[in-house]
Amino acid sequence: MVNEDLNVIAEKEQAARKKIVIRCCMAAGCMSSKSEAVKKNLEQAVNEAELSDGVEVRGVGCMKLCCEGPLVSVDSQNALYEKVTPENALELVQTLKGGNTGIKRGDWNHPFFKKQMSIVLANSGEIDPERIEAYIAVEGYQALLTVLREMTPKQVVEEMVKSGLRGRGGAGFPTGIKWGTVAKTESAQKYVICNADEGDPGAFMDRSVLESDPHSVLEGMAIAAYAVGANQGFIYVRAEYPLAIKRLQTAIKQAKQLGLLGSSIFESPFNFNIDIRIGAGAFVCGEETALMASVEGKRGTPRPRPPFPAESGLWGCPTLINNVETFANVPPIYRKGAEWFASIGTEKSKGTKVFALAGKINNTGLIEVPMGTTLRQIVEEMGGGAPDGREIKAVQTGGPSGGCIPAQHLDTPVDYDSLMKLGSIMGSGGMIVMDDSTRMVDVARYFMEFCVDESCGKCVPCRAGTQQMLHLLEKILNRKATGHDLAKLEELCDMVRHTSLCGLGQTAPNPTLSTLRFFRKEYEELLQPEEFGRYENGEARALK
Amino acid sequence: MQHASGDKRFKILEAFMKKYQFRHDALIEILHKAQELFGYLEDDLLLFVAFKLKLPPSRVYGVATFYHFFTLKPQGKHTCVVCLGTACYVKGADKVLAAVEARAKIKAGETTPDNELSLLTARCIGACGIAPAVIYDGAVTPRQTPETALEQVKGWISHGQ
Repeated sequence: MVNEDLNVIAEKEQAARKKIVIRCCMAAGCMSSKSEAVKKNLEQAVNEAELSDGVEVRGVGCMKLCCEGPLVSVDSQNALYEKVTPENALELVQTLKGGNTGIKRGDWNHPFFKKQMSIVLANSGEIDPERIEAYIAVEGYQALLTVLREMTPKQVVEEMVKSGLRGRGGAGFPTGIKWGTVAKTESAQKYVICNADEGDPGAFMDRSVLESDPHSVLEGMAIAAYAVGANQGFIYVRAEYPLAIKRLQTAIKQAKQLGLLGSSIFESPFNFNIDIRIGAGAFVCGEETALMASVEGKRGTPRPRPPFPAESGLWGCPTLINNVETFANVPPIYRKGAEWFASIGTEKSKGTKVFALAGKINNTGLIEVPMGTTLRQIVEEMGGGAPDGREIKAVQTGGPSGGCIPAQHLDTPVDYDSLMKLGSIMGSGGMIVMDDSTRMVDVARYFMEFCVDESCGKCVPCRAGTQQMLHLLEKILNRKATGHDLAKLEELCDMVRHTSLCGLGQTAPNPTLSTLRFFRKEYEELLQPEEFGRYENGEARALK
Repeated sequence: MQHASGDKRFKILEAFMKKYQFRHDALIEILHKAQELFGYLEDDLLLFVAFKLKLPPSRVYGVATFYHFFTLKPQGKHTCVVCLGTACYVKGADKVLAAVEARAKIKAGETTPDNELSLLTARCIGACGIAPAVIYDGAVTPRQTPETALEQVKGWISHGQ
């Protein structure tokens, strides 16, 4: 495979492009609403209408507005059709011949689409994720070629530092610095790992990226491997995402066939292979040291850091671990340059961020916005506010490690530091909207229960501490707690936060702390007077 | 050496292990395959895996019990997995679960005595855009309510009707 071969494939693909393309969403959300049957019927209808010479029905990745799925778009009409059923596929195809249809039409000019800025999701909903040719036709693997031909590993790292990209897994560590550390560590064997163990409930960005554009992740990993000097990569993906696993397997196979993975990539001395490792349902495996233990086939328990994986990771070798979205950001950075990337976003948070918008909100789905966009723009303009005329009460970011941001802080710009100041975190990008019918103490209890279940049990503060905090939260919810219990809860939060071994325990109190900070009244309303606990039959007294 | 039972599935499993050269780091992949073949991981099966990989049984048992995806008990003929991710939860997945629990007279994680239905929960299946989602026998189904869920599992519950 050389430059010309890549161009030949791209040109062939562009030449084969038909005049009209009907795109049908084939991501997991729409597929659960029978989009596979919709696509089949569309193809049949196109054939029957004898339009197949000029019309292509293409299965594509996520088209973002998941709540209105299955989604179908027709580019010649600039139309987006929502909630298409297998039955009205024929009617939809007839519109190409001038027919009318009653199928609900979406509005591309709605802020939900207009305010998006696609870097990571640029190919999502556009190309067929199961064909490498489609990816190559949109300049795919060009970045890898440029990097291998024209840049030294050192220059690659420097370019990444310049871009200002920060890890999209949640913590926001500067990617360039991480790459530099792994590159500098001397070792005959190094590894690159893609963390696709998207465990946060309410987050589905990584799933969508893997289902919609798997090759961008592979290309990003290959560039990273070249920069740090690794020859073996792993993608650790959740077993709950069977479609993502299937598409990754297809993508890796195709890339190997074309020589874009394997030995002597682009006739350079660079070799790189990727294997998939399937998780088995443990939230803690999203933590990097636990993830590495799991890749080694062991129980996924974390270990203290340092040494960091960059120095001693998988089987004791220097290992680079980045999130799916981080890797997906890599090819565009090398295609368009670090300056271009650094010009997007805020001073300390560059580029865009993909969020999974869900919960009590009208438009649920996937959005990609520049860093610094305010929460209000996201939930009110793009998300269309809460359904049934209710008020938005809070926005939860960062899953069980994050916090609830109350409505009065909706004007906060979304970037790593602003969210941190509010006691939440950027997290991987799950954004759950809660309306005024949501009880915040119950939300805190929900996340604490999650942490109790998912604590691996290795360190005492997390194993026992989360259990006790859950007990106290339930006591408050059952109206059996006093101010003493609340004080005890706060004390425990502080203790677990500072003494736990890994990120799971250290952040487990966050949902409780942030709801306490902004919705303390809701807790206090449930409390009993101080003398409550002194009576043996407290409940009877409380009822009086 | 063949498994004493003569069950062909052990042979398939062994071929799978061979593909991974009986490497210890493939243990999780191998357990996935074992569960796919047998439906669940019984002690005998875990011992077989441990023996073939030359790993202590404690290590194999430790891994099998650590991960939620592996089950050590037989599952019912049908499965109903209610997603309890945050998005599903705030949209009423807890009520869906409670309704099925009450009708099937089992708790989440249990199987009906006639082995017809296993009721399970998931932490998040990433289908938040169509919450609340429930997986009936492997098919993800969007926007469930207690009524639609009961309609789905009706045929799988023989008692109480």
